[in-house]
Amino acid sequence: MLRDFEYLAPKTLEEALTLLDEHQDECKVIAGGQSLLILMRQGLLAPEYLIDIKGVSELNYIESDAREGLKIGAVTTHRAIEKSPAMKNGFGVLAEMEHRLASIQTRNWGTIGGNISHGDPAGDPAPVLIALNATLTTAGLGGTRNMAVEDFSLNFFETALEPSELLTEIQVPVAPPHTGTAYTKFNIIESDVATVGVAVSITLDSGDGVCRDARIVLGACGATPIRAKQAEEVLRGKKITDKRLKEAGQEASHEAEPISDISASEEYRRELVKVLVARVGKEALARARQA
Amino acid sequence: MRKELRLVVNGQPYELYVKPKTLLVEVLRDHLGLTGTKRGCNSASCGACTVMLNGMAVKSCSILALQADGGEVLTVEGLASGGELHPLQEAFLDHGALQCGFCTAGMLMSAKAMLDENPEPTKKQIKEGIHGNICRCTGYNSIIRAVTAVVNGEYKEKK
Repeated sequence: MLRDFEYLAPKTLEEALTLLDEHQDECKVIAGGQSLLILMRQGLLAPEYLIDIKGVSELNYIESDAREGLKIGAVTTHRAIEKSPAMKNGFGVLAEMEHRLASIQTRNWGTIGGNISHGDPAGDPAPVLIALNATLTTAGLGGTRNMAVEDFSLNFFETALEPSELLTEIQVPVAPPHTGTAYTKFNIIESDVATVGVAVSITLDSGDGVCRDARIVLGACGATPIRAKQAEEVLRGKKITDKRLKEAGQEASHEAEPISDISASEEYRRELVKVLVARVGKEALARARQA
Repeated sequence: MRKELRLVVNGQPYELYVKPKTLLVEVLRDHLGLTGTKRGCNSASCGACTVMLNGMAVKSCSILALQADGGEVLTVEGLASGGELHPLQEAFLDHGALQCGFCTAGMLMSAKAMLDENPEPTKKQIKEGIHGNICRCTGYNSIIRAVTAVVNGEYKEKK
């Protein structure tokens, strides 16, 4: 049962920021509400004011530019991203990730900005965005801030957002040549969140060359999405082989900081990381060779 | 406290006054008496509460009614027209695509949304289309057969 609250539905970003500034700690922002309403129903959150930004249409867009990459407004739905032709220009991994996020019904209503702002370390978009070196913009009445998506999550369900700030946009840069990115998650029920999620991005010197850069990101393996930097070092500057990918998986499973919960034990999650890093790395490598 | 809510449900316009915490499923079931839509898990997991909002399948247990303000809702009660069942409903009956029936309204609405978007889905796409709906009588195969029969043109919409 939800507790009562005041409902405010601004139509512009300016109005939303003004309301947010006014109510700060006594409010929550709702976009699609696909995660928030569950927490409210469980009684974990009982805001006095709910500021609904789903109707702020100026935050609903996908812009694609051959040089600058993608710009995605915060209230763009998962389904809009999944279906967008803009994903075909090198951002296919985003569409693939969205296609496996929750269910069609949830993707139809839930938003990318809401998902990221929710700060659930098991969320699908953040690991992929971090692997893609994405950045984001936050806005308050005082101005805007830009940061790497990697720096946005601070702890379980905690982000770098100030109480008077909104996430407004996510930017995904065009990948360097010979880059491939892949993502997968393991879960028992297909529409559930990740038990472990792994995103890997690999950049090669040339079509069949050594690894120039690697980004390995683990979801549901700690308080935030985690970069497995030691595992990345295993690959960087080397010719990638199946053996190296297994080593990287081994390294990543040490770097992971998973908890035990209803879905899996810590030990099992580490085993998943080991297997999935090698598996997703192999897919990213194949894509890098074709890119 | 209460806010004005305007909705068109199954073609019928409504003007209601609801508390902000009212969920779309509560408006449909408790305010409008449209109890075909079921309330299952209450956590966007089971899909029993699926309705179409502005042409999209959504889970009505996880949307505030006020977020649907000005929108058009189609529930299972709006599928049949003039006393004639919708082709999906006919096919579900003929193929035994329900046992207890609790998931059926949601299944039908997910299937309808999928076919509106893609009238010729593959078997894989049909499975994906109903993947947000759980059936605990394990009737998935018969549901897929029923949807496939509609896709194959075995059931035509009667005018």
